[in-house]
Amino acid sequence: MTPLFSVRDLRKTYGGRIGCTDVSFDLYPGEVMGIVGESGSGKSTLLNCLAGHLAPDAGQVFYDTRHSGMLDTLRMAEPERRMLGRTDWAFVHQNARDGLRMSVSAGGNVGERLMAVGARHYGQIRAAATDWLGRVEIDAGRIDDRPSAFSGGMQQRLQIARNLVTGPRLVFMDEPTGGLDVSVQARLLDLLRGLVRDMGLSAIIVTHDLAVVRLLADRLMVMKGGHVVESGLTDQVLDDPQHGYTQLLVSSVLQA
Amino acid sequence: MTQDTHYNFAYLDEQTKRMIRRALLKAMAIPGYQVPFASREMPMPYGWGTGGVQVSAACLTPSDTLKVIDQGADDTTNAVSIRKFFEKTAQVATTESTRAASLIQTRHRIPEEPLREGQILVYQVPIPEPLRFLEPRETETRKMHALQDYGLMHVKLYEDIARHGNIATSYAYPVKVQGRYVMDPSPIPKFDNPKLRMAAIQLFGAGREQRIYAIPPYTDVVSLDFEDHPFEPSKANHACSLCGADHTYLDEVIVDDRGGRMFVCSDTDYCATRQATGAAPAQTATSQPQEAQP
Amino acid sequence: MYVAVKGGERAIDNAHDWLADERRGPRDIAELSIAQIRHQLALAVNRVMAEGSLYDPDLAALAIKQARGDLIEAIFLIRAYRTTLPRIGHSHPVDTGAMACDRRISATFKDLPGGQVLGPTFDYTHRLLDFKLLAEGPTAEAGNSGATQGMPAPAPMPRVSDFLNRDGLIQDEQPGPQTPPDMTRQPMEYPADRPLRLQALSRGDEGFVLGMAYSTQRGYGRNHPFVGELRIGSVAVEMDIPELGFAVEIGEITLTECETVNQFTGSKTEPAQFTRGYGLVFGQTERKAISMALVDRALRWEELGEDNMGAPAQDAEFVLSHADNIQATGFLEHIKLPHYVDFQSELELVRKLRAEASTPLSEAAE
Repeated sequence: MTPLFSVRDLRKTYGGRIGCTDVSFDLYPGEVMGIVGESGSGKSTLLNCLAGHLAPDAGQVFYDTRHSGMLDTLRMAEPERRMLGRTDWAFVHQNARDGLRMSVSAGGNVGERLMAVGARHYGQIRAAATDWLGRVEIDAGRIDDRPSAFSGGMQQRLQIARNLVTGPRLVFMDEPTGGLDVSVQARLLDLLRGLVRDMGLSAIIVTHDLAVVRLLADRLMVMKGGHVVESGLTDQVLDDPQHGYTQLLVSSVLQA
Repeated sequence: MTQDTHYNFAYLDEQTKRMIRRALLKAMAIPGYQVPFASREMPMPYGWGTGGVQVSAACLTPSDTLKVIDQGADDTTNAVSIRKFFEKTAQVATTESTRAASLIQTRHRIPEEPLREGQILVYQVPIPEPLRFLEPRETETRKMHALQDYGLMHVKLYEDIARHGNIATSYAYPVKVQGRYVMDPSPIPKFDNPKLRMAAIQLFGAGREQRIYAIPPYTDVVSLDFEDHPFEPSKANHACSLCGADHTYLDEVIVDDRGGRMFVCSDTDYCATRQATGAAPAQTATSQPQEAQP
Repeated sequence: MYVAVKGGERAIDNAHDWLADERRGPRDIAELSIAQIRHQLALAVNRVMAEGSLYDPDLAALAIKQARGDLIEAIFLIRAYRTTLPRIGHSHPVDTGAMACDRRISATFKDLPGGQVLGPTFDYTHRLLDFKLLAEGPTAEAGNSGATQGMPAPAPMPRVSDFLNRDGLIQDEQPGPQTPPDMTRQPMEYPADRPLRLQALSRGDEGFVLGMAYSTQRGYGRNHPFVGELRIGSVAVEMDIPELGFAVEIGEITLTECETVNQFTGSKTEPAQFTRGYGLVFGQTERKAISMALVDRALRWEELGEDNMGAPAQDAEFVLSHADNIQATGFLEHIKLPHYVDFQSELELVRKLRAEASTPLSEAAE
């Protein structure tokens, strides 16, 4: 099986400071990878480099495109990368406000990606939006409401619907449950797990919350100071951590 | 008059005209693309047609015949003012006849009479950027055009239908030019949009915003819409009270303080020509509640 | 017969005649001369030159007279005239260090080489209406009140930033591109570099730039400015004459220059250093020059590695697109032009939407 996404020797520095370095991994179709570490460990920098939001200093980020097979996304023309970003890829921000248009209705938010790739039938766009609101458990009657009238959990679910409506194959998530109440988090995780399974999504999830990766991720990368210090199957890493830092991470969660 | 001889033909110096012509050529080569140009301060205020005036000044030759309209009429104050400006600074012949004009500068209308090859229609443009009210940043909108990232434009139309049941844009209705650039046709009523595909050259000048763009003859211009909510050019459902035309864009005129009103062609030359050739006013008076006496 | 939109041409002519008559006012009152305006309303003349981007006191005075004292209108006249002038060449950078100062103050040092020179300033006047001016009597000559201390000193006046710079206490200004862009010859493009930003600020509306600067002082993009130095005086303008092969002095202009010393930057690896903001404006226009320096400094956040606080004065595209009062006033006032074609189409639309809303069970949105 060929990987869907393949990263080689990625490095990003800010002046003299390392953002992340020496990152290489493969992600296979349908696989969910978790990236954990404390704040400042470089996991968000890495995610933004992978998703094309930040330009890394060195390395390659290959993606198995539908039309031309494996391509280095860093060397793609900007229009091609943007097209990827609104069709085959999705990005879920920690703060739903960063991923939503707050002054546009829920239906418009979900429909935007469809319209960006050429959907021109209002009724069909609206039907797709209604369908997706249902799948993320938002009442269809709220379709013309603006996200500012939604709760934090609903905003996050709306952001997920907006991202998944084009049937992407790869989803980047940056602390998707951060800032939500514990009970809301549980519901969202449940929903995410269902969607990932049903759609056969590949995903890369950045989080500091080991419970999130335990539930969602097949594999895990542990980052510290911009380096990957340990990686492997999720259960293996969490149940038998090898690196001292991972041991500390795991034990701190157990204590908590 | 003596004072005006201090100025070059059509006011602008030749270097500036050449700079504008280069921008015009580029605009013609990339239909619908907004070409930045170093707009000059003109002796009329920004927002009053400085872009159109600069474009006209760069295109006019001594043998041209100029027509200037505002809201479709030759006799509105700003049209008069601009026509006088060119009479003074370029001494060109002027006309009110659409047919007789070689260059027509317009604000907010396309003449009813179809234009022909060889004519130039110059539009005054207040805000050239069709995405401006969706995204205020120039750096971002330029990128959106470059990448054809126009999803947001349809989001706006989607929101209109969701809220009003209709696309709630009635003028400055956005169009896509030759399948590539989304363009603001300037604040013409959407009734005029179908005429944007024409035999004449159309040039758009935005002075304050320093942009020039163009639609070459016979270029495809499509008004944005949805398949199930197609674009509809609309006008008042009346006929002209002066010439009886039922296919022209109409101005509504309040004729008394009891709610009486009448509808007349906004294109004064077209209306006058029809009247001169014996066209009769609409049979039924059109106003309500009080019947107006044209 | 319907005539509402007819008669535009005659109406315009009549309006112009009336305007000329009003401008002159009652004929038994002496007409203002250009010389009077130039010399007795000199600060108005300065503002018109600065924002009109044309250094010519007589033309500025003429514009003020023609504009009936409306300074933005006068600036507009100057700008429109400026358009028609051929561009012969450009001068060498003026050396403000060699300025013959009428006024030179520093808020950062009590005394300094060359001294503090107050010059003709309103600063310490009490703002009491001087009813003696009503009587139009003679005015005291400068220097007669023993006020020689306020008069220009002949001593050289090195710039404050230069001697701060000697110790590395203030950031060096990085030399820009050899020939700075010219905003009157090229369309404004964003992001704008510093020379372009300074040009736009220098001709920007005094009120707007003042308001932006004031907002930084109130916390919207605060940058802790001190007026390192404010100097007003005349400098020589030199220009290369190709036929001669060397530069000659073509005249003198009065300028106001303000350099602010602002909050320092620095990190573990780089020692702390003050930063600067810069203002340079035609004529004696110190409110504008100080404002310009504050806004310039606020706009430099990115280059100096500061946070974007989302403050208006940090947003170059916002500041530069709205600083020009000729653009602003034109676009603002154009809404009084006829818009009845657009309005008519809105009218039709609203009627249509209302008609649909009143038919029961509208399925239009589905």
